[in-house]
Parts: sequence; C-alpha cells; structure tokens
Amino acid sequence: MLAYIRRVQRPNSVGRRSIRVAQRASGITESALRRAAMPLARRGFPYRKPTVPRSVEVPKKPSKLGGAYDTEWARTPIARAMRGVIVEGPMRLAVRTLTSPTVHGLDRLSDLERAANDNESPAPVIFAPNHHSHFDTGLVIRSIPAAWRRELVVAAAADYFFDAQWKAVISALSLHALPIDREMTGRSTSDRLRDLIADGNSLIIYPEGGRSPDGWGQEFKGGAAYLAARTGVAVIPVFIDGTSEIFGKGAKRPKPGRTTVTFGAPMWPGDNENTRRFNARIQSTMERLGDEALTDYWTASRRAAGGNSPSLTGPEYSSWRRQWQLGDRRRRSPSGRRRPRRRTWPAL
Amino acid sequence: MPRPGFVLDVDRSTPPTLFWRGEGFSLERLPADRSRIIYPPEPLKGLDHLDHHIRNALLNPIDMEPLPALLKPGMRLTIAFDDVSLSLPKMRRPDNRQRIVEAVLDMAAEAGVDDVHIIAALGLHRRMHEYEMRHVLGDRVVDAFMPRGQLYNHDAEDHENLTVVGETDHGEVLEINKRAAESDLIVYANVNQVAMDGGWKSLVTGLASYRCLSHHHNPESLRNTKSLMDRHHSALHHSIWRMGKVLRDSGPAVFQVETTINTEAFPSPFEFLAKREWEWTAKDRALFLGTSKALNKMPNTTKRKLFHNIEAPYRTTSVQAGYTESVHEITLQNVHEQHLVEVEGQTDILTMGIPFISPYNPESIMNPILVMCMGLGYLFNMYRGKPLVRAGGVVIMTHPTYEDFHPVHHPSYIDFFDEVLADTTDPAEMSTKWEKKYAEDDWYRHLYRTSYAYHGVHPFYAWYWGAHGQQHAGRVIIVGGHAPAVRRLGFTPASTMSDALEIASDVVGRNPTISHLHVPGVLVADVK
Repeated sequence: MLAYIRRVQRPNSVGRRSIRVAQRASGITESALRRAAMPLARRGFPYRKPTVPRSVEVPKKPSKLGGAYDTEWARTPIARAMRGVIVEGPMRLAVRTLTSPTVHGLDRLSDLERAANDNESPAPVIFAPNHHSHFDTGLVIRSIPAAWRRELVVAAAADYFFDAQWKAVISALSLHALPIDREMTGRSTSDRLRDLIADGNSLIIYPEGGRSPDGWGQEFKGGAAYLAARTGVAVIPVFIDGTSEIFGKGAKRPKPGRTTVTFGAPMWPGDNENTRRFNARIQSTMERLGDEALTDYWTASRRAAGGNSPSLTGPEYSSWRRQWQLGDRRRRSPSGRRRPRRRTWPAL
Repeated sequence: MPRPGFVLDVDRSTPPTLFWRGEGFSLERLPADRSRIIYPPEPLKGLDHLDHHIRNALLNPIDMEPLPALLKPGMRLTIAFDDVSLSLPKMRRPDNRQRIVEAVLDMAAEAGVDDVHIIAALGLHRRMHEYEMRHVLGDRVVDAFMPRGQLYNHDAEDHENLTVVGETDHGEVLEINKRAAESDLIVYANVNQVAMDGGWKSLVTGLASYRCLSHHHNPESLRNTKSLMDRHHSALHHSIWRMGKVLRDSGPAVFQVETTINTEAFPSPFEFLAKREWEWTAKDRALFLGTSKALNKMPNTTKRKLFHNIEAPYRTTSVQAGYTESVHEITLQNVHEQHLVEVEGQTDILTMGIPFISPYNPESIMNPILVMCMGLGYLFNMYRGKPLVRAGGVVIMTHPTYEDFHPVHHPSYIDFFDEVLADTTDPAEMSTKWEKKYAEDDWYRHLYRTSYAYHGVHPFYAWYWGAHGQQHAGRVIIVGGHAPAVRRLGFTPASTMSDALEIASDVVGRNPTISHLHVPGVLVADVK
C-alpha cells in the first residue's frame, strides 16, 4: 500500500519542482526583457523623466494639432499630385454614388472662368456654401469648375478635423483643408488665408461655421465677408440641397440620395459697405438662392424684391415643428407639383 | 490690338486659300496676279463684366426713360427674343439673351410686375426645342416660366392670337402677336451678328404673320435690296421700317436691347479656320490635315453632329438699349467696326466657300436650297455700295450640295425641290404660280404649329433671299456639288476649281479678275 502511495506521489513532487523552476526562469526572462526595453529604468532622474512635485503645475507645451497644425507639406508637388488622384478618383466616385448631384448656375461664373482661361490662371474666389453634412465639401469640390478645383483651400474646423494627427493628415492631404478656429479666428489664421488667396488659391468657407443641427440653416458668421473685404476677391454663394438627408449631423451611416448645388452670382463688397453689411447681403443672397433652388428663378426674384424670401434659419417654432416643416422644403417637379419630403419625427 | 481686314493681291508665293465645303474644307490655289482675297478684320476685344454693361444700358437707355421707370405693378410686360437663327454657330452659354432677360426680370420683380410673358420671336422659322430654349435663356428662366405657360414660341398661324396694329401708307398691314400688341411694354432681347439683324426687323418679322411678312419677303423687294447688309439701300428694310413706324404710333412701347458680338466663332481645335494661311503654325497645319482627312472619312451625319455641337466663344463688343431706331444706329456702327473692309472696284468672278450652317439649319441639314440661299442670299450680299462681282459676272461656290433634307425641319423644302424647282427657278414666276399653294397648305401649317417644321412658304423665302444675286450674276458654278442637285438649282456643276474657272471663261473671258470672300469670320466689303 505504501509502495503504491509512493508511486503515485512521486510524479507530483517532480511536477511541483518543475513548475517552480519554470516560474523562476520566466521571472528572470521578464526582468531581463524589461531591462532591455528600458535600460535606464533602474537609474532614475536625470536618466529618466523627473517626477513633478504635487504642489507644482507644469505649463503645457503648445499643441501642434488643432489651429496650430502646419499644412505647408500639403502644398508640396507630391501632396498636390496625390490630392489630384484622390479628387478625381475616390472622391468623384463617392460623390456620384452617394449624392447624385445636379448642378445649376455655373453660367453665373462663366465671366470669371473665362477671364481665368484667357490668363491661364484662375482668378481666386471665395465659395460660401451652406452646410448640412460632411459630404458638402466633396460635393462642392466636385461641382465647381475645374479652373478653380486645382488651386483650392478648404477652411475646416480646427477642433474637429485637426484634433488628432491622423484626421489632420487626411484632411490636409485629401481636401487641402486649413484649420480654422470656429469661435475666434486669430490674426495669424486670417493672414495665412489672405496669403494663400494672394498666391492664387480659391477658398471654400462655410459662413454658418458648422453643420446644421436640424436641417435648417444657421446665421452667417462674418468670415467669408471679412476675407473678401481684406483680399478684394469675389464671394460666390453656393446653395446645397439634399445632403442633410443623406448624411446629416448625427447620422450613423450615409443613405444615398439626390442633391442639388446652385451657384449664385459673384459678389464683391460695395464701396461703403462694412463687413457686417456685406455678410448680411451674402446671407440674403443665399436665402434668395435657396428659394430659387427650391421653387424657381422668377418666384424667388419676386419674393426677394418684396423682402419675402423664406428664411434659411427656418421658423421660430419649437424643435419638432421646425423639423415637421422641413417636409415642405422640396423642389417642384417639372410639372409644377411638389413632391413632398417624407415627414420625419425628431430623433429622441 | 486686333488687325483690320485687308485685301491681299494673290501672287505666286501666296499659299493656297481656305474654302469651306459644307462640313469640310479644302485649300484652293487662285490664279496669281489677277486674284484678290478679302480677309476679315480680327475679332474685336469684348466687354468685361457684361452683366454690368447690360444693367447700365437698361438704366441709361437712349431716347427713352430708364427701364425701371417704365415698369409698373399690374402692367402687362412681354419680353421677346431672337430665335436660334442667331447666333451662328450658337453662342457658348450664357447667351446674351439670357443675360438681358434675367436683368429685365430682376427689374420687373423689383417693380412688382406679375404679368410677364416671354416669346421666341421666330416668325416663320421652326419652333425652338426646349433644349434650345435652355441654351438661349438658361435653365433658370425656362424652369420658372415654361411650366406656367408664360414662355413659348410665337405662332404665325394662330389667327386668334394675332392682331392688326395698323397699315402703312404703302398699304402694308402690320399684323403681329396679340399678346405683344396688347402689352403695355415690349422688351426685345437681341443678338446682332450682321448688319441685317436688329432694329424694327426684330419685332416686325419675329412676331409677325405670313400676311404681314409677305409685304416685304417677296421677289420684288429682295431684287431691290442692295444689299441686305445696307439698310439704307434695302427695299426689305424700307418696308420693315415703315411698319416699325406704325408700331411706334399705334402699338405698345418698345424697349429694344441690342448687343453686338465679335467674330470669334470657332473654339479649339478649329481656331486655324480664322487665321490667315501664311500665319498657320506647324500645329495649325497638322490640325487642318488631321481634321480635313478625318472629315473626309466620316459619314455626313457624324460630321453634322460634330459641327453643330460647336459652341462659339464670341465676346460681346457693345450693349445698347432704348428707342429702337436710335439704338439700332449705334448697333450698326459697332457691327460695321467689326465687319467693314474697304475694297476697290468689282471683279469678273466672286468665289466663296459655303459653310455647314445657315440661319435656317441650326441642328439640321444644309439642303441645296439653303446652299443657294447662303451663297447668293447671304455671302453675295456681304457688301455695301456695289457687289464684289460685276453685273453679268460669275459666282463660284464650293459645297457638296447633297440632296439631303431634314424631314422634320424642312418638309416643304423637299416638295419645293422636287416640284417647284423642277418647274422654274425664277423667283417672280414661282411666287405667282406656287407660293400660295405652299403657304396655305394645311399639312405644312400643322407641322409648323405642332412639330418643328419651317413654315410651308419658307423655302420660297429662302429662294427669294438670293434673288438679287441670281439676277446680278451671269452664271453660278458650284465646285464639288452633286451634279443633278446643282443643275436643279439652275447652276453649273464643276469638279475642281480649275474646271470652274475654265467653265467661267465662257462668260468672263480667259483672264478674268477674281475676288475671294474669306470666311470665316464675317466681313462686309465696302466696295468703292
């Protein structure tokens, strides 16, 4: 019996020893690897980063992201070539597949475009579209005449498109985006935009400052008007209809649909017109353009002459009624009948 | 600074000269020391900021109050515009008429005018397709007015919608579109390509009925029209101006807006067509060879599609608005500034290449009758003073003159060719014998009103257009034309230019002098 017990226990004692040996070996290996990975781990300061006294607050280093992101590399010939491939390839395909755009009003740009062709360098302009979706930028880039598309800068929200390195690289490379602080544009940013325009680049800037939260427009901020006054170039209002339904703010995935892009006539600030008034004029022109895009030229002209253009920002109702009324904003079919937009309940 | 037109005396070192041959072209060598080539002036510089100039013209019109002062709430406003017979080739978008109409509509909207109709002033021409309306007026105007029924083609056979405004002291009845006649104001949007266009002719022919047009579109008037480009020596224009005075005295107020364009008719790669041959670069020569060889291999339908798709990069050289007669005088000065070339004396022979297009076949086929109309009607009349060829001289044209007709656009032309020209080529005789039958034919009338056909009487008018040239020339030869068709026109076919000159020697002797009208661009020879 005893012999039997010994035969049974023997392997167990050998096993325990083996485990102990293996544990010791792995511990030695781990600490060796750790030392190899951090050779100065045992040494401490000054070989390692100092620890901070609890009573001291160390000032943060200025970030190289956000508004401070330097996009100079995106203007190198290689980056330009890559952007050309992106714009003519994936972007073109995506815009056509997802947004099926119909473009109106390009004839209003023909004089400027023609001058561009004659001189072989396009006169820079500021495109000022309304903003409903991330797709707006691609849609506008693909809709504007090629004369401007080649030298184009997009003013993009620094806090959204430049808050991480990967986003900043993608935005700068594919859109030639330039970070803009939405709340308060610094002098250096406006100087940089002015210099880029002076170098012959055109600009896409959203006067609303961000995407519409509910499908209606927002009051215009003065960026486009200010830059036009500072640089003397024309502002071209662009009304986009349809992208909010495709991929509006808060949407989880895009829903392919149809869009309309309507270009307005070039606008310059008047002799005695300050930035605020010019901005108001751009907004009222956009309202007329929106009316034209959703009704027709003559109706929009008469309403604008009477000061009755429908407001971009929508009625002053509570939120669900504003959303309900969006259903009426739909272009008439050629027969004059309005195809109603499907009414939607607010997402709760 | 564009160079003016000039006359080149051909010598042995002159390169062969470009001739249109319908939807193609060729180079022909003209005899040295007795030939001359008349080159048109280079295109004048266009206006920058055209919309601003149009608005300025509307606010500062000639001999009329500014347009906003004429627009009142509750008024009836009619805007008429030239049809697709202008410009040739069609103008690159946006067309001047779109710019004018939009500027007028902006002012009308500001003034609170609700009752606005827009009418294509096409006279007896074919109706405009919707896509042509869109090209001329732009999508905005078409989308706003066409679904409401406020943008449409004039109908010269809709007798319920025609009205007699009055009668001239020569007994000519002015019968025009009722809506226009009963309006408080008519605004006319015009594009002036040659001196024949514009003035009272815009309204008095564009919105008129057959009865009204027959007073001046007849063999007698057109034989006494010397020339179509010289209003003051044109019986046609005299009659039209008399009717214009009736309209002024008895009709609504007319606010005429006229624009003149330069001769920049061909975009790349056809720019070499307007160059002087000795200035052709290696690229131009390669383009000429490439295009002419390719065109020779193509079927006619493909060539037509190619040429009729050309959109001319014209530039506008002037805009004037206000009282029709005052406006038109300034327009004529501006047109002449672009077109006039001084030429000394007449020659025995006039040569000309006939292009693929005339005012009556936009998007269509240049049939044999239109070849005659273009050669003896338009190009022969490109003079002021005296014709370029002496009375009894020879006119030589180059064109394939195929017996092709557009069945939708030109149904009455087919019967005219088979029936009328088989009987007579004399305008006066066909006028008395055949015109009424074609003009009052119910089927042609139906096609004109509901399809896209020229009016039944239109081939007669096209033929009368060449009446002066036909009477003046001793012989007309078509080089490269389909012989049976050329003979049906009453002309002589020739296979080459040398043959044509040989045939012409029967009429003008062995050593005739020759003038060649170099087209494109457009020129008017001021013959002393």
